[in-house]
Order: sequence, then C-alpha cells, then structure tokens
Amino acid sequence: MWPAEFDYARPSSVAEALQLLADNEDAKLLAGGHSLLPAMKLRLNEAPLLIDISRIEGLGSISNNGSLTIGALCTHADIAASADVQASCNALATATGMVGDQQVRNWGTLGGNVAHADPASDPPTVLVAFNANINIEGASGSRSVAASDFFMDLFTVDLEPGEIITSIEIPAHAHDGSAYVKMPHPASRYAVVGICVVLQRDGGRCSGAHVAVGGATVRAMRSPGAEAALRGSALDDAALDAAAAALKEDIANDLIGDMSFPEAYRQEMAGVYLKRAVRAAGG
Amino acid sequence: MAVVGKAVKRKEDPRLITGEARYLEDINLPGMTHIAILRSPHAHANIVSINTEAAAAVPGVVGVYTGQDFMDVNPLPCPWPAGGPDHPNNINTPRALEVEKVTHIGAGVAVVVAEDRATAQDAVELIDVEWDVLPAVTDAEEATFDGAPQLHENAPNNVCMEWDCGDQESADAALTSSDVVVRQRLRNQRLIPNPMETRGCIAQHEPVNGEYTIWMTSQAPHVHRLLFTAFIFEVPENKVRVISPQIGGGFGAKIFMYPEYVLTTALSKTVGRPVKWVETRSENYIATTHGRDHVTDVEVGANRDGSITALKVKTYANLGGILSTVAPGIPTTLYGRMLSGAYRFPNIYCHVTGVYTNTGMVDAYRGAGRPEATYVVERAVDLVASELGMDPVDVRRKNFVPGDAFPFEPSNNLLNGLSYDSGDYDKALDMALDMTGYEDFRAEQAAARAEGRYLGIGFSTYIEICGIAPSAWMFGEGWGAGLWESANVRMHITGDVVVTTGSQSHGQGHETSVAQLVADELGVSMDQVHVQHSDTLGTPFGYGTYGSRSTAVGGVAVWRSLQRIKEKAKAIAAHEFEAAVEDVEYVVNEEGVGSVQVKGSPDQSKVVGEFMGIATSAAGGWSLPGDMEPFLDETSYYDPPDCTYPFGTHICIVEVDAETGGVDIKRYIAVDDVGKVINPMIVDGQVHGGIAQGVAQALWEGAQYDENGQLVSGSLMDYAIPRADLLPSFELGRTETPTPNNPLGVKGAGETGTIAATPAVVNAVVDALSHLDVRHIDMPLTPSRVWETIKSHSNGGNS
Repeated sequence: MWPAEFDYARPSSVAEALQLLADNEDAKLLAGGHSLLPAMKLRLNEAPLLIDISRIEGLGSISNNGSLTIGALCTHADIAASADVQASCNALATATGMVGDQQVRNWGTLGGNVAHADPASDPPTVLVAFNANINIEGASGSRSVAASDFFMDLFTVDLEPGEIITSIEIPAHAHDGSAYVKMPHPASRYAVVGICVVLQRDGGRCSGAHVAVGGATVRAMRSPGAEAALRGSALDDAALDAAAAALKEDIANDLIGDMSFPEAYRQEMAGVYLKRAVRAAGG
Repeated sequence: MAVVGKAVKRKEDPRLITGEARYLEDINLPGMTHIAILRSPHAHANIVSINTEAAAAVPGVVGVYTGQDFMDVNPLPCPWPAGGPDHPNNINTPRALEVEKVTHIGAGVAVVVAEDRATAQDAVELIDVEWDVLPAVTDAEEATFDGAPQLHENAPNNVCMEWDCGDQESADAALTSSDVVVRQRLRNQRLIPNPMETRGCIAQHEPVNGEYTIWMTSQAPHVHRLLFTAFIFEVPENKVRVISPQIGGGFGAKIFMYPEYVLTTALSKTVGRPVKWVETRSENYIATTHGRDHVTDVEVGANRDGSITALKVKTYANLGGILSTVAPGIPTTLYGRMLSGAYRFPNIYCHVTGVYTNTGMVDAYRGAGRPEATYVVERAVDLVASELGMDPVDVRRKNFVPGDAFPFEPSNNLLNGLSYDSGDYDKALDMALDMTGYEDFRAEQAAARAEGRYLGIGFSTYIEICGIAPSAWMFGEGWGAGLWESANVRMHITGDVVVTTGSQSHGQGHETSVAQLVADELGVSMDQVHVQHSDTLGTPFGYGTYGSRSTAVGGVAVWRSLQRIKEKAKAIAAHEFEAAVEDVEYVVNEEGVGSVQVKGSPDQSKVVGEFMGIATSAAGGWSLPGDMEPFLDETSYYDPPDCTYPFGTHICIVEVDAETGGVDIKRYIAVDDVGKVINPMIVDGQVHGGIAQGVAQALWEGAQYDENGQLVSGSLMDYAIPRADLLPSFELGRTETPTPNNPLGVKGAGETGTIAATPAVVNAVVDALSHLDVRHIDMPLTPSRVWETIKSHSNGGNS
C-alpha cells in the first residue's frame, strides 16, 4: 500500500494546470483522490507527477441559472445536500448520496467521478438520463460534450490528455418525477445495476420519459426502446413490462458481469429495477 | 456486591475508545528496518532462477534475500496431524521463503530489507524471477482425480490424509433399512477471516546473548515461542520472548505460525537490526489462512415417525497448497466428532479426505470445524423434515438428546471417549419459539405467499464442543502438545491483585471477566484486580485463546489459584486466632469485602488488607505459622477432564425478493446456553459478532478462485464482509445450564454465533422457497443464485 515515487504540483488556476499538463506527459490530475490514490497504492497506476487541482478557486460551486451548473470539484456530499440539486435534479442528489460512504462522499468529486468513468458508479447514469453536458477546458479552448457521448466504454471517456473537466451542466428539463434506484454489490456497494428514470406526465399518461442504465453495462447509457415504450402509456403494468423488455434488448450487447453477478442476471435485473425506478419516480 | 453475572463495563474499553491502545503498527524501534516480500503471482510453479541485482542496487536497500539464505532455518512444523500419533499424514509445510516451487499465489520467494517501507516495495518490484508455470487445481475433489496436477511428491493424488470416525458398517445397514434416505451434496465455501488488524511482526536480536524479542500479532504467544524455539530455530525457550501487543481481532487466523514471522525473526539476526513487517490488506487475502472449504456428500436415513436412523458423511476438505499449523486437525477431530449435533443419531459414519490444492492455506476460522459440522447436521435434519412432510421443529424434538440422558455419549464412539456434559435442548428451543411467536408464523407465511411474497423461517438447534482440551484426549487425536492453561495470582503489598495468565485476549474482554471472578472470590474491588497477559516474559505457559476455551480452561486455573490463596489466608487467620484451620472460613460480605474469620465469632476476623499485610510483611517479624512461606502468590495449571458443550436454538426469519432473489433478514432470534455467565454484556457481544459472521457466510462471503488459481475475490471491493446495515437487531435469550466439568460451571461463548447462524439462515431461505419444491441452495445465497433457483423451479412447476 505504498505508491511508487511521484512528483507533486499544486496549481492555483486552470490555466496553470493546463500548462503543467502540457509540459508533463503522463501526469495525472488529483482532485478528491478517491479513485486515483487507491490505484496508485496498489501500483496499478504509476503517475510521475500529480497535479493537485483541488484548491483551484471557482470549480467548487453549484449555481442554477435555468440550467444547473456543478463545478467539477464539488464533492458528492456537497451535491447530495444541495437544495438546488434536490429541486431540479433530485435523482442526482440520490445518486451522489449513495456513492461510497460518508468519508468518500466528503472527498470524492463529481469531476473526478465522471473522468474515472467506473461503469458501476452511480452519478454517470443520472447525468446521462438528464442530458448533462461535460464542460472541458484544453490548450485549444473549451468544449462541451453530451454525457451520453462522453462515456465511451469501461473507464474510457472523451477527454484528451491535456484537458480538464471544469463543470457539469444539467440543462433545465421540466419533469414530474425522477428517481435513481440500484442494486448495490454486497462488497463494494457499487451498482450491480442502477437505473435512472425521468418522467413527464400529462394527466394519467406519460408524455415523456428518459431512461438510463449503468452498473450492468460497460458505460452509462440511455435506452431508447424503454423510453418509447413508456411514452404515451398510462405507466400500467403492461407498459412497464414492455419497457423492461425493450431495455433488456437495448443493453444486450453492452453487458458486463462477474462470478457473483453474471451478465444474464444483470440484464434481467435491469428490467426489474426499471419498473422500480418508474414507481419511485411517481409513475 | 457480587459482580459475576453482571454486565460490568469493560476495563479494556477506555484505552480502545480513546485510541490509546498500542498495536503492533504503533511500535517503532531505533534503527528499525522494513521489509517487503516478493510473492508468487502463480498458483503452481517451479522457481527456475531469481535475480536480485537490480533490487539490491536501489539506494536505501539494506539487503535482498531468497530462500537459499535460510536453509539453516527449519521448515514450519505441523503439530496437529490428523488421527493420532501413528496415523499417516503426508505433511508439507512452508519455509521462511520457498526455494524450489510454489503451490499457491502469495507464497513468499524473496525479500527486500530497506530503510523504509516504500523503498522496500520499490525494490521488490525489481526482483526478476524466472518461473516454470504449472497447471493448477483449486477444487478439493477434482484434485484427487487421476490426471490432476500433482502438488507434492509425497502426496499421491494430492491427498494429505484420510480419516474417519463412527461405524461405516452400521451406518450402511441402517440406511438400507430406513423408511427414507435423503442424499445431498453440500458445499461449505471457503471464507477469508478479515480481522480488522492485519498480521505483523517486529523482531529484535541481541548478538551478545543470542536473545530474540518478537512482537507479533498472536492469539497464542506461548505456543509461538514453543514453535520458534523447539521446532524452527532450535534454541532454548529463554532465548525467545514473544510479546503480543494490543490485537485487533484474530478469528483464529492469528493462532498459527506463518512464514513471515520466521522470516522477520531470522532477518533480525542476519541484518543485525530490528526488522518490521506489517501485512497489507492485499497480502492478508493471499497469505493469511482461510477457513472452511468442504465438499460434502451427506446421506441421512429416517423412519416415517421422524426418527433419524443414520447419518453418513463423506467430505473433501481443502487444505490449500501447503499446510498451516493445525490444518489437518480442523476438518477431522473438530468436525467429524461433532456430527451427532444435539441428537441421538443411532448410527454415524464420517470419512474425510484432506486434500492439497493450488489455493491459500486453510486452517481454523472462528468455530473451526464445528460450523461445518453443524451446517451438515442442521441441513440434514431439515432435508428429513422436508422429505417426510414434517415440521422441522418436530423432527428436531423427536431426535434431541433428552434432558435426562446426560452425560451423553454419542453413538459409535464418535467422541472417542468424551461425552456431552449437560443440557436441556427442549428448554432453549421452547424459549426461542416463544420469542419468535412460531404459532402465528406459519399463517403469516401462507398469507404472504398468497400475495407472492416469500417468507421463510429457519432453525438451528446446535451444540458446540468448546473449552478445547483435555490434553490426554487431544494427544490421542494427533495434537502434539498439551491443552491445559495456567494462571498466577499475586496479592501485592499495596492491596492490589495481579493475575497473570498464559491465555491471550484479542477482543474477548478477559481483563474484565477475570477481574470479576477475582473480585467475587477474594472480596476485593474490580479496580484492584489487574490481569496481565500476552507476554511470555512474566506470564506462565498457556496454549492461547481459541476454541472458546479461555474461561472454561484458563478461568478455572485462575479460580484454582484463588482457592489456594484463600486456604493460605485461612491458615494465617487460624494461627493468629489460635483456632483450628477447619474452624476458619473465608467470607465475602454484602459490600463485597472479603475476610477470614473464626466461624461463629465475627470479631475474630481479618479483612483482606489485614491478612495480606500479615502475609507480605511476615519477613519483618509478623506472625505466620512456623512452616509457612511468606506472600500470597499461587500458580495453577489446569487440565480439564472433558470439553464443554454449549447449545441453543437460533431462529432466522427471511423474506426473499421473488423478482431479484435478494434475501432480507426480518428477524433473528438466538437463545444460547453457554453455561454460567460471568459478564452477560461480553457474552452478548460475542454472540452478536458471531451471528454477523455466520449470516455473512450464508449470504455474502465466499472466496473465489479462477481456473489458474488466481484469487478473484482478493479485496474488500470483491469479498463481502458483514455490515451493520445489512443485519436486523438481534433478539437474544439465554438459558443457563452449568457444566459439571469445571467448578465455575462455564462452557464458552466465543463461537456460538458462527456455529449456529449459518444453517439457520440457509434453512430459512430454503423454507421460503419450499412451496416451489426447493430443497437446497449452496452458499453464499447471493441474489443471482437464489434468483436462478426460483426461476428454474418456477418454470419446472409451470411446465
């Protein structure tokens, strides 16, 4: 549990951090450190230089100007406790409140979480469901990537070596209920399957639904089939059965599994938890 | 004011709660060096060559060594071969570092000594080993098949030993003539103990006198010293001092001698500086012993009235790639001899094959053999109930050892001459059923099923064998030493009482429960009693803490020393008052103050402080009987006549999520009879922790190896230990049936939970699914496994 030797730098601005990244190949950004440092201690990751961005000002606040902007350095605990988040994106408050334990939530950041892109982590599923954008700064300027494009594969995201995530933006999305539910792995508490549902209602009917799945799949991803099955339905059992079937089909080629929770089981549970998420979202 | 039987707060807790307790990691010596061990990444391989040049060149490295450097140090001993002194066992034990081949991942092959840990770790990664990788086998039964990879030359088909007990002929005959016979294969999966503190060792060698001081995470410091001196380094006892500092849990895994302890100690002499090794959690998973890992075929015969006629058991016990200290004794003596459970089975036979596989070492883990036996027995009883369509409670009652049958000797000389001491199994069962409200449960279950909810109840009416001893019996079982315990009690001039014990406390609360005993016997306050343990310098020899034996054996040694002190106090008073010793009595008044007094003459009395003063100051001219030595200082060595046999009933109520297979424990009721209770709070604590671990085996825990012998569940991210939020509040009850086998009436409480809980949970889940005709599910009952079972049985029912 002793990492290999590394250098350490603590820039005070994004520009300074970008310069350090440009000057040091293979350097790693350190924010909360709760994914990076364990990997380094196990010597699964040996970074020659850690660029500690945790004290850069301006990356740690949450603002709501129609869309919700969450600074990359906001901790899971900050987000779970934020009234703004609870009001406009309650499922994200739920999901960040489920990450690790209290100590992890006090240190781990949302920016670090999405950059790491653990397929079993909770927040990415919610970000995909809410059409969040990942705001990125690089040497050649800034860009914004939709969450569903940003998460590409297991631990793989659309982020170039010289870039820094500065914030996560969740566009205003009028909805009548949202929920994130998961089956936790008994050891790690990561999601064996996690489902986020965002519902719009028009009287007794569902006028719109976003459905995202994580944990069971290589990346957090939307399920167009499940959304179509819910849209226009009365969210009755038949509609939920159809949505579950569509979801299972949508993820069939992207499943992950292990000895305790094989792919086929996770696929089935995605359907079960979709129904639970719809009910938890008030459907 | 008697304190025995009261929930007195623990004397240990202030230092633990405030973080002041000193663990091994807290100890640092001047000039100390640190080591990192290169461990085999392969489960089965020959070592072709090891190149240490690059590692040795790293600045800060003191030295790099391989197994060749320690050929003068003996291999680790295995003092408990199975089946008695003459029984064949094909023994293979580790060396400080392996030299020619490795048989499990994690085996140490080289070591770096450096100025600090990080440097040692950096350097160890530069050691280059050329391996000749061999095919691996991880399943105990498969390892015995022809064509399986062979681990050791002296163990054909990887068999370490064959062992049996009971009577095969009579069991076979009874099975043939029984109304029904149920057969089931049961897997008792491998567990990883996970004490909160990992292992560690610090060794210091004094060249001037050749003495070693060894601080180590030990549940049995005297045994470790014995193994170091008599077996490994071949030096006299006085050359080694073993100190066990504050220990953060052991669960059995800290009983044993390990290669790292030998290596650290040998290196302290080689480098001439103190050497420290502290295990990482990752190392703990691959280098510390595991527990359980049995594959068992059970056959149980019964007649229509529910009476069980025979139990026949065949078990493959996985011992790992190489033997840990008492590995062969666990799945034999501590397993087979317990297979009569709480029942009068008229015919029993058990055959065990101990097998080497390319997996980590397996040895005693909390309960050690007895949980495995209880699992077989309690599952077998449920299988009979299910086959006969009887209530599992009725089958249990039908076969219980009746209250008037004690002392009870199980059939076919199963216990090899020992017998159950005392018990009232119906009483504990009645109390547990009462607490549960069993009368109403079946109706609730039926109503829930009508709604598609799967409720289930599971029973475990267990017994244990605790207070592991007596020495002569254990010798016949193959144990190569004694199993008595010792205690010294001294009353000091300041009025305080110091107890030194050869036993060891690593969470059991001995400093409190022993003080309670002393306070009541002598009539002193608990604050005046100090219990010292865990340092071979200054404590009498003892065999250590495991097998729920510290109070039932070690506590009795304390009690005996106290009686001698009281006898001497009486003699002092008799002399003082010119009375006959028979006319003097030792009394403790209602305020808890002890005195010696002439019977019927309360004014002729000396309280504790007074007679202690006479005894300790006698050299100064006070009056003692002419031939009496001064001071109150008595040592006892106690070897009991038999073990103790706690018992009880555990009841678990679960709800199985029909959609996911998830198991939710709704209630957990435990009635334990551990004999006389000294501190009910400490006993409750032991029961709570044990239940948590027992439940965890049933539902969550399980070591997993892949086909190459890699440990897939090698971290806390993958291996699920129990957590408080997954467990209900336990509902505890107690009956108290003293054992006649010792004067305290105590039986032992350290393992009840792990012995009883596992089958209670599995029986509950199977009961919840019984309407789907489910008879058995192997552990751990993960959601996916339960869900698969539901799915396969539901489909079967519909087709």
